Amino acid sequence: MARSQITVSPAPFDPAAAYGSFAETVPGAGAIVSFTGLVRAGSPRGAVTDLTLQAYAPLTEPGIAAAAEEAGARWPLQGIRIIHRIGSLSPKDPIVFVATASEHRRAAFEAADFLMDYLKTEAVFWKKETTDAGAVWIEPRPEDYSDRARWMKAPTR
Amino acid sequence: MARLLYFGKLADAVGTAEEQRPLPETVRTADALRSWLDGAAGANGALSHPSVRLAVNGAIAGPKDPVTETDEIAFLPPVGGG
Repeated sequence: MARSQITVSPAPFDPAAAYGSFAETVPGAGAIVSFTGLVRAGSPRGAVTDLTLQAYAPLTEPGIAAAAEEAGARWPLQGIRIIHRIGSLSPKDPIVFVATASEHRRAAFEAADFLMDYLKTEAVFWKKETTDAGAVWIEPRPEDYSDRARWMKAPTR
Repeated sequence: MARLLYFGKLADAVGTAEEQRPLPETVRTADALRSWLDGAAGANGALSHPSVRLAVNGAIAGPKDPVTETDEIAFLPPVGGG
């Protein structure tokens, strides 16, 4: 089973440093995929001035850990690293980081994609976006749910 | 007094993110709590909406699961991060 490390925190993080630390934990990997999500500067409602994320600790981290465990069961991974910001963020801030390591690239790509789809639709976070037009709570887009549904079929390997 | 937490847009609907309330005798299940509290908190259907889930003491609760005065009960609107 892949080792996974999960951080949900208001502290800013450096994706390059996160990648470097993760790479050191998977010396036998032949492939490492990392994804960094940034706060978008624009939304359909105008220029974004703030994005605030809430989590509910008893559910958020255990839920992500269960998704990481599922990824580890579906793909031959050597490690998983997930960082998710909460609290108040500004445009361009890194908000989420997912890295996966495996012997070959396909498993790492697919597992990272799977984990991001989980984080976008099922992870226990709530996002409030503030623009000049005011603040609104953002819910997943229909395509976020259809992206997630791709993984509900039989495992691919 | 039950400790009630309202996440995301539900805090706006209720007017607070957290409060304590005594539960009436008749409110003994998650489902009963939802319908009573929606009226008591003036949430206009926000708390009883089918997309809203409940967690009792940190675990997702079904409609028939018990709620008591000593519980922490969280109202969870649809989630999504990234």
